[in-house]
Amino acid sequence: MAFTLLSFLAGLTFGIGLLLSGMANPEKVLGFLDLAGLWDPSLALVMAGAIAVGVIAFRVAGSRQLTLLGRAFRLPSKGDIDKRLVIGSVLFGAGWGLAGFCPGPALVAMGAGQHKAVVFVVAMVVGMALFELLEKVRSNR
Amino acid sequence: MIDVAWAQFTPWTALAGGALIGAAAALLLLFNGRIAGISGILGGILTTTPGDIPWRAAFVAGLVLAPIAWLVLADLPPIEIEAGYPVIVIAGLLVGTGTRYGSGCTSGHGVCGISRFSPRSLIATATFMVAGFMTVYIVRHQIGGF
Repeated sequence: MAFTLLSFLAGLTFGIGLLLSGMANPEKVLGFLDLAGLWDPSLALVMAGAIAVGVIAFRVAGSRQLTLLGRAFRLPSKGDIDKRLVIGSVLFGAGWGLAGFCPGPALVAMGAGQHKAVVFVVAMVVGMALFELLEKVRSNR
Repeated sequence: MIDVAWAQFTPWTALAGGALIGAAAALLLLFNGRIAGISGILGGILTTTPGDIPWRAAFVAGLVLAPIAWLVLADLPPIEIEAGYPVIVIAGLLVGTGTRYGSGCTSGHGVCGISRFSPRSLIATATFMVAGFMTVYIVRHQIGGF
């Protein structure tokens, strides 16, 4: 129960951070991605602020055997830089540049009642399902 | 040369909002031992075991309900979406498929991965940033917008 509640709180805090930072606004995100136009550097500071806190959190986590709730940490173990990582990131970046939405901001904008964000989230989940389907086909071959 | 949009630049809310995002990632990491990678948390719902679904759904619900919590204290900040519906659908499909192939998005690779100095996440972040820059350049300055 505490585990689920803390997840909810983390999601809520994350969403409020996105709203405050301006990241939930695609127009502002595109202002950052538009180097050749009038460039809005704000998003770089959002990343800097998040990483500054994140570095400390991961240092603390690294010094502990178990989480504060007494469970094991489940951190990514993959270290290889492969074709999938790069091609996936190119596809993601292209979609991000087209609409100005990455997954978190799209979910927040959906909650704010933006119809286009709802459509984006549906398409995004379909894209994720498509990935799972392709993975299944690949592993059956 | 780069022209900076000083009138649009919001350094303090960007930093404060970023710090909140970092705090959210810290909360999930230190209490639950999980990475706050939104594409992974959401996409994982499609394949994981039933017992693993509640925390994922709760995190996503927190994100979706954030605007409601915000409305308790203040008016919502502007959310402007220029792209039309066909572009939105294509972009959504690309983001969904791409983040799962690349094992992460702005939060998982960009915030958490870089915070733990993962070379893999550094490469992913550089890649999607450059792809984003190039896409906006092509759309806004070659095609001339949608």
